[in-house]
Amino acid sequence: MRILRQGGVTGAVIGLFWAFVMAITVSVTLSFASGLGFRPGSLGCLVLGVAGGLALIYLRNARMVMGGFVLLCVVLMFTPLSPILFGEAVPIHWQLMAVVAFGVFFIWPLNVMLVEAHPGALSRHAFEDAVIRFLTGFGYIVFTAVVLIPFYVMVMTSLKSQQALLRNPLDFSIELSRGWDLFRSYSELFGQFNFGSYLWTSFYVSVLTVLITLLFSVPGAYAVARLRFQGRAAFSRSILLIYMVPMIVLALPIYIVFSMTGLRNTIPGLLMIYPVTTIPVALYMLQGYFRGLPGEVEEAGLMDGLSRLQVIWKITLPLSLPAMVSVSLYVFMIAWNEFLLAFMLLDDPSKFTLTRGVAMLNSSEIPRQHLMAGAVIATIPIMALFLGLERFMTKGLTAGSVKG
Amino acid sequence: MTVPTPPTTRGALERREARLAWSLLLPTITIVSLVIILPLLAIFWISFKPVGLADLRPVAPVIRESLRERSGEMVIEYRVRNSSQQKEIVGLGFTDTLHDGVTLGVLPEPCSVDGSALRCDFGDVEGGFNERIRIPVTLVGDPDALEEMVEGTEPTGYGTGDNILTNTEFTLDNFARIFDGDEFWSVLWATTFYTVFGTIGALVVGLFAAMLLNKSFRGKGVLRGLYLFPYVSPIIAVAFTWVTLLDPFSGSLNALLIQMGVVESPINFFGQRPLALIMVTVFEIWRYFPLSFLFILARMQSIDTDMYEAADMDGASPFQKFWYLSLPMLLGILSVLFLLRFIWTFNKFDDIFLLTGGNAGTRTLTVNVYEQAFAISNIGAGAAVAVVIFATLLVFSFFFFKYISQEEGL
Repeated sequence: MRILRQGGVTGAVIGLFWAFVMAITVSVTLSFASGLGFRPGSLGCLVLGVAGGLALIYLRNARMVMGGFVLLCVVLMFTPLSPILFGEAVPIHWQLMAVVAFGVFFIWPLNVMLVEAHPGALSRHAFEDAVIRFLTGFGYIVFTAVVLIPFYVMVMTSLKSQQALLRNPLDFSIELSRGWDLFRSYSELFGQFNFGSYLWTSFYVSVLTVLITLLFSVPGAYAVARLRFQGRAAFSRSILLIYMVPMIVLALPIYIVFSMTGLRNTIPGLLMIYPVTTIPVALYMLQGYFRGLPGEVEEAGLMDGLSRLQVIWKITLPLSLPAMVSVSLYVFMIAWNEFLLAFMLLDDPSKFTLTRGVAMLNSSEIPRQHLMAGAVIATIPIMALFLGLERFMTKGLTAGSVKG
Repeated sequence: MTVPTPPTTRGALERREARLAWSLLLPTITIVSLVIILPLLAIFWISFKPVGLADLRPVAPVIRESLRERSGEMVIEYRVRNSSQQKEIVGLGFTDTLHDGVTLGVLPEPCSVDGSALRCDFGDVEGGFNERIRIPVTLVGDPDALEEMVEGTEPTGYGTGDNILTNTEFTLDNFARIFDGDEFWSVLWATTFYTVFGTIGALVVGLFAAMLLNKSFRGKGVLRGLYLFPYVSPIIAVAFTWVTLLDPFSGSLNALLIQMGVVESPINFFGQRPLALIMVTVFEIWRYFPLSFLFILARMQSIDTDMYEAADMDGASPFQKFWYLSLPMLLGILSVLFLLRFIWTFNKFDDIFLLTGGNAGTRTLTVNVYEQAFAISNIGAGAAVAVVIFATLLVFSFFFFKYISQEEGL
């Protein structure tokens, strides 16, 4: 441990690790971007990582080190010591780009990590700071990659043709020469697979679910939050308890009853179930918010001769508009993303919701890019809502996350 | 002088308030009991019954009518059938309306005619009952129009079949069936593995993500939004994306691994034991870390920074600050999240169903419900598994209320 806390050793070890992280990152990124062969060179990473770490510790001039380092990488490009190795068909400008990117993204963050390190023994504080900075950088890369790659693959696959995908599953470059033909799977989904109608069904089912949910949960939440009555605590608890009942347990009896009453395969059937799954969440979120509102305003309203219902309508609701937006967004998201019930209860392709429609595309006869295009279509509206109203959405998520 | 004391009985105002509260809650209570409580009771009922998917279509008489010529003479032929091969129908029969211009000949045994109403009674019949009744007729008028008229009116059948869902036949076969054999233990193992590691993984990964974002820098909002993507997007989209990405034949990840020289031949991530179970757990962690991340971050940002400054003055190192200051402060939210995620992971169905369909050792209890009920068409057995799940949940919720209710805000 003590040896590790020597400035030079710290620099070399962190440099070594960072070189590998960067080499892998650059290789993966460029492979995904171009479909060409890049992979990290272990020997090069080993030598260059240690060298870079030592250079930063002992020379202390980041700009100079970076210049020299990039040059070194370019020189080593054609030797076995190259930090990144190339497949046979990789053109020279891609190779150059890879090595330069490696050099820059290696030295620049490494300099930040080692900012408090110096030659000689380091204090525990300085050492741990360097380690934490390395871990932070590593964390950003891993998290971003892990989250982004699936979405990138989803969008890019939907723009490819089946043959191109089979030829090289790594090639996600966009063939701009295809022009509008790029969006062929989308136009086929809307043209031949009826996705326009699924989109519309999902939309109005979700909106109606939000409205019905609010209709039931606002009075309920108000009662639980503001009014005194026997059984209030028990009621609060049973709301929470209902969260815990798994949908698959309920789906079976619902399927049976709906089969026998002819509600299966109908949208009204779905609209009877969806709100009930969201009412407990909405009620729970809203009562928390109502409780936080100052009671005095409402009491003043009562004194001025308003009835309770008028107080709710004229005072409480306007005051809780942000909470209503959060709840609505969250409920909309649940209803839009719902899959299990739609899958079990709908058989007739003319009545599918979007998620049920996408599930239908998962067959060996339908090419993969159609499935991915369907996934993109299902994701885009919810992403747009999320990105536009992130503030409300995050609030809704934190308040309503009991629903898993 | 009397000392004022608080009222001991409930006043009129208070009663009115309680009445209002219950009337506000009544719609919710009604709809929730209809859609949640009733099905829950129903699942207990069904779990003791030998119900198959086919039993959902009730046993009923099927009657077809046709007018045809047989050895120079016109006959109306009725085909009467029991829709079930096994179950009997009590009091089977049918009625039909006769048209003008149709005169019936000799009536066969079970039939009688009253004015223009024909009625045939077969009494109680066994499963698989199938009979033809031929009634000779004489026609007056245009034969084609008459044929159309005769075949145009549907005969009305009657008779009641025994409905397995409502009768009083109970059996423990369903439970015996699901508890029997190694399969149950493998299901239980998969459920436990998935739940425990999925929960802990999502918490730990969420904690790391929260630590990364617990400082202010440019682009923090963007990263926070980005890290929430997996949770916000529809399960159907992300699950199929993972399946595509990890496909052994055309998946990008395998191509990447081979190119990097990590593996020799493609890995079938979702198709082999025990890798499939590990992969669905990894997926669960990936999809649900955002939630714990969001909560932990919120709690981190409410921790007073004075404490850290004091620790800095005392010369505490960053790891010491995390271990001795942050972690104890986060323990409350972590335990709440653990319990919640544990229950929800245990309940999860869609994810595994979409990723592997419960194959390659990934069948959890929830997937087993679907498998028994719809793949094997044994609804009773599916219900029995559901009862097992529900019983386990009752145990969980006991802990939930014991510990969670103390945590403010949840």
